[in-house]
Amino acid sequence: MCAESNKECCKPKIAVDLTAANEILDQYRGKPGALIPALQKVQEHYRWLSQPLVEHIARELNMFLSEVYGVVSFYSQFYTSPRGEYTIQICRGTACHVKGSLRILEQLAAELGVEPGEMTRDGKFTVEEVNCIGACGIAPVIVAGGKTFGSLTVAQALAAIRNFDSGV
Amino acid sequence: MPKAAATKKTKQKPVPKDMAKVMICMGTGGMSAGAGEVFAAFEEGLAQRNISATIGPRSCKVKRTGCRGLCAMDVLVDIDIPELGLHTYKQVKSEMVPEIIDQHILELQPVEKWLTGDDYHKFHDKQQRMVMFKCGIVDPESIDDYIAEGGYKALAKALKMEPEEVIEEVKKSGIRGRGGAGFPTGMKWGFCRAAPGNLKYIIVNADEGDPGAFMDRSLLEGNPHSVLEGLIIGAYAIGCLNGYFYCRAEYPLALRRLEIAIKEANEHGCLGENILGSGFSFQAAIKEGAGAFVCGEETALMASIEGKRGMPRPRPPFPAHQGLWKKPSNINNVETFANIPFIINNGGDWYASHGTDKSKGSKVFALTGRIKNTGLIEVPMGITLKEIVFDICGGVPGRNREFKAAQMGGPSGGCIPKELIDIPIDYDSLVEAGAIMGSGGVVIMDNTACMVDMARFFLAFTQQESCGKCVPCRIGTKTMLEILTRITEGNGKEGDVELLVSLANDIKGSSLCGLGQTAPNPVLSTIRYYRDEYDAHIREKRCPACACKALLKFEVIEDLCKMCGICLRQCPVEAVIWKPKTKAVIVKDKCIKCQTCIDACPFLAIN
Ligand SMILES: Cc1cc2nc3c(=O)[nH]c(=O)nc-3n(C[C@H](O)[C@H](O)[C@H](O)COP(=O)(O)O)c2cc1C
Ligand code: FES
Repeated sequence: MCAESNKECCKPKIAVDLTAANEILDQYRGKPGALIPALQKVQEHYRWLSQPLVEHIARELNMFLSEVYGVVSFYSQFYTSPRGEYTIQICRGTACHVKGSLRILEQLAAELGVEPGEMTRDGKFTVEEVNCIGACGIAPVIVAGGKTFGSLTVAQALAAIRNFDSGV
Repeated sequence: MPKAAATKKTKQKPVPKDMAKVMICMGTGGMSAGAGEVFAAFEEGLAQRNISATIGPRSCKVKRTGCRGLCAMDVLVDIDIPELGLHTYKQVKSEMVPEIIDQHILELQPVEKWLTGDDYHKFHDKQQRMVMFKCGIVDPESIDDYIAEGGYKALAKALKMEPEEVIEEVKKSGIRGRGGAGFPTGMKWGFCRAAPGNLKYIIVNADEGDPGAFMDRSLLEGNPHSVLEGLIIGAYAIGCLNGYFYCRAEYPLALRRLEIAIKEANEHGCLGENILGSGFSFQAAIKEGAGAFVCGEETALMASIEGKRGMPRPRPPFPAHQGLWKKPSNINNVETFANIPFIINNGGDWYASHGTDKSKGSKVFALTGRIKNTGLIEVPMGITLKEIVFDICGGVPGRNREFKAAQMGGPSGGCIPKELIDIPIDYDSLVEAGAIMGSGGVVIMDNTACMVDMARFFLAFTQQESCGKCVPCRIGTKTMLEILTRITEGNGKEGDVELLVSLANDIKGSSLCGLGQTAPNPVLSTIRYYRDEYDAHIREKRCPACACKALLKFEVIEDLCKMCGICLRQCPVEAVIWKPKTKAVIVKDKCIKCQTCIDACPFLAIN
């Protein structure tokens, strides 16, 4: 633990409970190549990497903040803005493209009033483009809240989201 | 019947011979088609009727006689009853389950209308399964099962040979890397073995970045031990103490099965200290990717394992001399490693007797797009594209839809037009035609696919995934994408095609890594074969395939309309006016331009 972390200057700007992060980081301190797995595990717990979290990780792993942000911004699976409760992933891989996934993306984004990568106003969904989820056989595919919907038409995709109930 | 893998690793009780077995395909493909619900429906239905039967999941890919791979027919369910033999149902939904149980299991009357037909058998006829063969026969989560099927025999054999002999055998086999570039594997191992130093690394490239390809995923999910065995043999031959699997995080099931495989192999002495009592020790670990296509490139992948931004670096020094943590390293694709046990067991000469002169063995392909039987196939090298598309995969579905092109090698590859459909599939013929073998993703396009749009699609992908380190790739792909975008939006200019070709050649010649060096390929290959489509977009502001939205009018072509009303039924916003025996009309104010009607029209009557 950084000795400074209780001083006013080091207080996180948004209050984030760092207990879980510390538990995770304990497994990685001092190991080579630890940054990416550490970030993955921390994000798994907090859903996204807020600035105080990233700063904390840099401090704990004894790295420059720029170094850590360099890695965070490089990989598409690290998120630096809040995530909706459920993620809607729209596959934009080749197989899905040939089967019209762009149409589905456009219409879903219009329906929810967001651009890909954004969260809906009510914080329920984040809409995300992905490059193939490996279910190309039933393209075009979307994954909403962990449930896969395949061989979709635009109408079916819209219906899947309108009827989305969190019970799945 | 393949052994029924129990859902949660509880040991299955021995099943009396007269009991029915229900096998449900539960790979990623099956699961997304609803295998979970089908499984539950069988469980519930059988319990309600007080029938005892074994219900087992089986990896989607295979059945004992060969691979399934037929994701298009998921969920596939086998029912094996001693009196009746084996029957396979296709596209099973949970609603169908009660009828199947009542008719087939209770009355012994298989429900004919849902059974697989000729297609299903044709799908298997021309295939040659080697690395995929055991997927599904073995329980991927049990090393005992793998060993019972002859697993780790090759490892034991290799450990009795001198490392140089192992490399010699691999060289003799003539196998070339399955990761894309097709470099001879034996030679690569030889370089790394010869490199000075005691600490060397060996890596499995399971990043599988090509969107639309899932061969490696299926192998890791279906038979992880075969890849692990290949890796250990490689480590012994080269002299490595540590190895890594670098696997995409998008493949959670593959990751979980790999973890189990490594753990079990350690417990069985096939991995870890003093492997099989030979004195050779080797450790393997898993590294998860974090979503970057360029990390499939070997030097970028190593940077990523080191915990850095996954950016490639210039070669030389090649990884064989300076790779991971600056130590000599060897990297191969998943499928390459999965072939190794076969080579060791049967000898290099045996392996070399399969395939063509310069491309040995068999290759796994993932067939997707506008094709009837989408899925995974393994075929001997040298088979023709036509045999794959028409004989194995059943051709292109839909009225008035026909085969137009096959895109091979993903964002680094190119397309094979229908005129060249007789091309033999081997490394060199494909390169000659402007495509590449790539990792094995094959996307089939029909006459509703616009080739300019396809080129734009791939460029958008590579542009987004470019790591930004070198200028030709960072700026060049962006400029090319801008030009392609304006062409598809009807703002193309005379001379754009020439400009694209010139940019493409510069980018190919001067980019730092394979991503930039190959990014222009889809553009060059579509210009080569479909120049007329580019011209139609630029000069006539018209998309011949009716795919580029900005150039569409959303009007019914009266001469072609056959008054079937499909467009009305498919339209999500009721923007179509149609009554029986009248031509359809699209109401422009209501139309949201989603193109559903264009896709649905069997007569290509909407433009
Ligand atoms: C941009 C780019 C992406 C790549 N992606 C992969 C990949 O996903 N899987 C893979 O096995 N090889 C990939 N490669 C090739 C690897 O760099 C390397 O050649 C390969 O893993 C070597 O294995 P092999 O000799 O068994 O083919 C990629 C190369 C480039 C330039
Ligand atoms: S391309 Fe969409 S699942 Fe593979």
